[in-house]
Amino acid sequence: MNWGVLLFPGSNCAEDCFHVIDKVLGEPVTYLWHKNTDLGDVDAIIIPGGFSYGDHLRPGAIAHLSPAMKAVKDFAEKGGLVIGICNGFQILTEARMLPGSLLQNKGLKFLCQDQTLKLDNTETAFTREYDHGDVVVFPIAHNEGNYYAKPETITEMELNGQILFRYCNPEGEVSAASNPNGSINSIAGIINRTGNVVGMMPHPERSSDAVLGLSDGKGVFVSMLKHLEEKPGSDH
Amino acid sequence: MSEKQTGMPEKLWIKAGLTDSEYELLTSHMKREPNTVELALYAQMWSEHCGYTHTRPLFKHFLTTGPRIVQGPGENAGIVDIDDDEVLTFKLESHNHPSAIAPFQGAATGVGGIVRDILAMGAYPIASLNSLHFGHPGDAGHTRYLISEVVHGIGEYGNCLGVPTVGGELRFADAYKGNPLVNAMCVGYMKQSQIKKAIATGVGNSLMIVGNLTGRDGMGGASFASKDLDEQNEEDRGAIQVGDPFMEKLLIEACLEVFEKDYVVGVQDMGAAGILSSSVETASKAGNGVEIDVALVPKREAAMQPEEVMISESQERMLLIVKKGMEDQVNKIFHKWDLHAVVIGHVTDDGMYRVLEDGTTVGEVPVWSLMDAPTYILEGQEPAHLQQTRRFKNDDVAVPDDLNQVLLKLLGAPDICSKEWVYRQYDYRVQMNTVVKPGSDAAILRIKGRDKAVGVTMDSNGRYCYLNPRRGAQSIVAESARNQVVSGAEPIAITDGLNFGNPENPEVYYQLEQSIIGLSEACRALDTPVIGGNASLYNQTPEFGAIYPTPIIGMVGLVKSLKHVTTMEFKNEGDFILVVGETRDELGASEYLDQIHGLVAGDVPELDLELERKTQNFILDVIRQGLVSSAHDIGDGGMAVALAESCIMGEYGAEISLDLDLRSDALLFGESQTRFMLSAKGESAAKIIEIATAQGIEAANIGRVKSCKQLIINNFNEKLVDLRVTDCAQAFKSGFDKMMKTDV
Repeated sequence: MNWGVLLFPGSNCAEDCFHVIDKVLGEPVTYLWHKNTDLGDVDAIIIPGGFSYGDHLRPGAIAHLSPAMKAVKDFAEKGGLVIGICNGFQILTEARMLPGSLLQNKGLKFLCQDQTLKLDNTETAFTREYDHGDVVVFPIAHNEGNYYAKPETITEMELNGQILFRYCNPEGEVSAASNPNGSINSIAGIINRTGNVVGMMPHPERSSDAVLGLSDGKGVFVSMLKHLEEKPGSDH
Repeated sequence: MSEKQTGMPEKLWIKAGLTDSEYELLTSHMKREPNTVELALYAQMWSEHCGYTHTRPLFKHFLTTGPRIVQGPGENAGIVDIDDDEVLTFKLESHNHPSAIAPFQGAATGVGGIVRDILAMGAYPIASLNSLHFGHPGDAGHTRYLISEVVHGIGEYGNCLGVPTVGGELRFADAYKGNPLVNAMCVGYMKQSQIKKAIATGVGNSLMIVGNLTGRDGMGGASFASKDLDEQNEEDRGAIQVGDPFMEKLLIEACLEVFEKDYVVGVQDMGAAGILSSSVETASKAGNGVEIDVALVPKREAAMQPEEVMISESQERMLLIVKKGMEDQVNKIFHKWDLHAVVIGHVTDDGMYRVLEDGTTVGEVPVWSLMDAPTYILEGQEPAHLQQTRRFKNDDVAVPDDLNQVLLKLLGAPDICSKEWVYRQYDYRVQMNTVVKPGSDAAILRIKGRDKAVGVTMDSNGRYCYLNPRRGAQSIVAESARNQVVSGAEPIAITDGLNFGNPENPEVYYQLEQSIIGLSEACRALDTPVIGGNASLYNQTPEFGAIYPTPIIGMVGLVKSLKHVTTMEFKNEGDFILVVGETRDELGASEYLDQIHGLVAGDVPELDLELERKTQNFILDVIRQGLVSSAHDIGDGGMAVALAESCIMGEYGAEISLDLDLRSDALLFGESQTRFMLSAKGESAAKIIEIATAQGIEAANIGRVKSCKQLIINNFNEKLVDLRVTDCAQAFKSGFDKMMKTDV
């Protein structure tokens, strides 16, 4: 399977995502330049974290207007797998490819920590490697990770199983105390209605290389890989 | 020559920061009086910040070479060999005065500047650290504001760049109340073949400015850093630079892409004194001249004077010396990143530093003379306070009745408590190399694709140096090296940040000289050469006087296999706890005296550098043999604090039985040097003691790790400490939040 990592000026987790696909998964991966509309022959796209365009105006506000994002939208509309991590999630909401938006953390400060998450929906192309209720550790590192959407949107997303990850404590309890940034319903990661676009504030790539003492996040990329390999018509 | 070359209005040089004798010297170099442009060139280049006028003569003490030293002082940063044709480059830099006036921008641009030093060596920046010193936050809202803003500035800049901030220190004393210290360190990684130098070779080659536009921000920053802070400083706001981390991120990407090609012969960061100092230094190294036309420099403001363009410290700019004919290629790469690369001058063969404006010469002086800042060797005088502080005897203080409370108070003390409040604002995981995160003795970063890692630390102890500058400075180097070895790293080299008061005060000069001697002695004994550094003098205010003498050590070590990576927390129930090194009746200079008795007094604990080296080699040896479960150095707060920390981090308890004929407070909280705390499984513990005994190193089994979360310390069957680990953890983890929330 061919993977693409989208590169904006100011993306700073692109190398990390590249490293995980290349060295941990051992799959072919290339960078996709923000000025290009040709995505080449990719099967999955990662929109990495960082500070695209310096977060000027608002995180993701400029990046979502880039030529490459138009192509990413087309790719997703045809069913291609897209995952936006941290700033990538912010870009996807700005592009309206995912509902809601990401506000400043309730603590008003940048927050970096190893965060426990609870798996909610494991029947997706991004989470099939996990079991429902699993508690995993992915690092978070953001200033605007406080997920918000209108109450009716949230209700609909909950009913549709669009919540993939929630912030929790090490015992798996989801509560205000275990919510690091004030996200509504402790939402850490979501999926679109058609099940092929994911956005999440925690960094699964930072939790994929066992040398660093964290490896729970690898399951996200392995899930995507298995899904692609089983996809009807896959010629790989 | 234009009409700018006129006689100097009387004493204009004094306003520019030069003395009468310096002015006389420069006119003799020039064989005429300078014009205003030329005067500005000398005033910046001959400041302490650029010219090291007071510190340069003392640098002769430093050991600067060694088997792993690829580049010593004299470049943007030093370089060390970490095997496999790979090298690390690292340096630290102070941004004290800017941070006192504008803490957010001051700290942010401090990070930006040191990152560019590393970039200028051709390296990718892989880690950032910082050493911060403030007054006690509980005392003043202004101090809490400074802390919040400095931390925010460092975080904002480093996070946006994608360079992980992995370590450092945060220390407090009233001595820093008027003049906080903000020292930033950066570590870069590259292959040996990628090393770049700051040199302007090749007559006719082009000088290209890349990155940001040049404006009036940061005017005279170098000379601002070279005088005392006082109420007038609000007027120096123009000397504060404004940072743009996004621009810096693009600059890193574009520069590294250009460096891959064979277009560039030399690179220099534009730091203090901007275009001027970067171009003078590169020309001087090559023995060449340079010619720069200020009209060609892309500016963000109109009607800038030539000297303003030359000395502006606008951030995120670099100087590239580009092979003639390759300018378009370079520009093409910068253009890809939406940046410009503009030719502003070229290398000449006449040894002159020539400034032009639209083709007309507006200043012309010999390159060598700008680099030849006069140096001052002053007469030091032992500070009067030492007479007083040395008189301290342990008997001057009584042993407190409740040692449990003392331990809890120390765990929550400003210098000891958890700094998570700070480092959770820093992205310490980006780049995916952080094996051991902040809050440990050393941060450890793996080298991708290799079975090895590097340890990085930043340490200081102003109180120690105030009470004994020479032994205090030795102790800091020793402590840095201890932090490396307990983490499994072999110390390689250091960068030093010399933060002192006004050296023209003989007592401050004494502190400076003695500290440098102490640093040098320890570096020689521990085989960690000095490969670069920074001097920040004039750190004093009329209201609060001079800061504690504060040499700061940034150290890098090599972990030869990832298997050797070791951390401080207890790991297994039943492991034996060993103390290596001798515990003596030493209370002087301790955190305990300061926090519990309100005394900054006594002498720094004795330090035998030979024993230090031997003991450190032993620790590294037993770690490499795989005998050790956890390792921690015994430092601030002594043995009791070290034990509590290992319990807190590991979520274990410990039961300790000692038989030391010492005062209880010295035993628990004294800071006798060259001590380590290890935990190990039964057989391994026996082996460790056996090896120690064979080498004549003191090592004792003092107790065991318990699953029951209680910390109990007995001496001769007398229970000195009996605390729940959760209570210790509460004190340790809430100490900082409490300080920051104190109402004034």
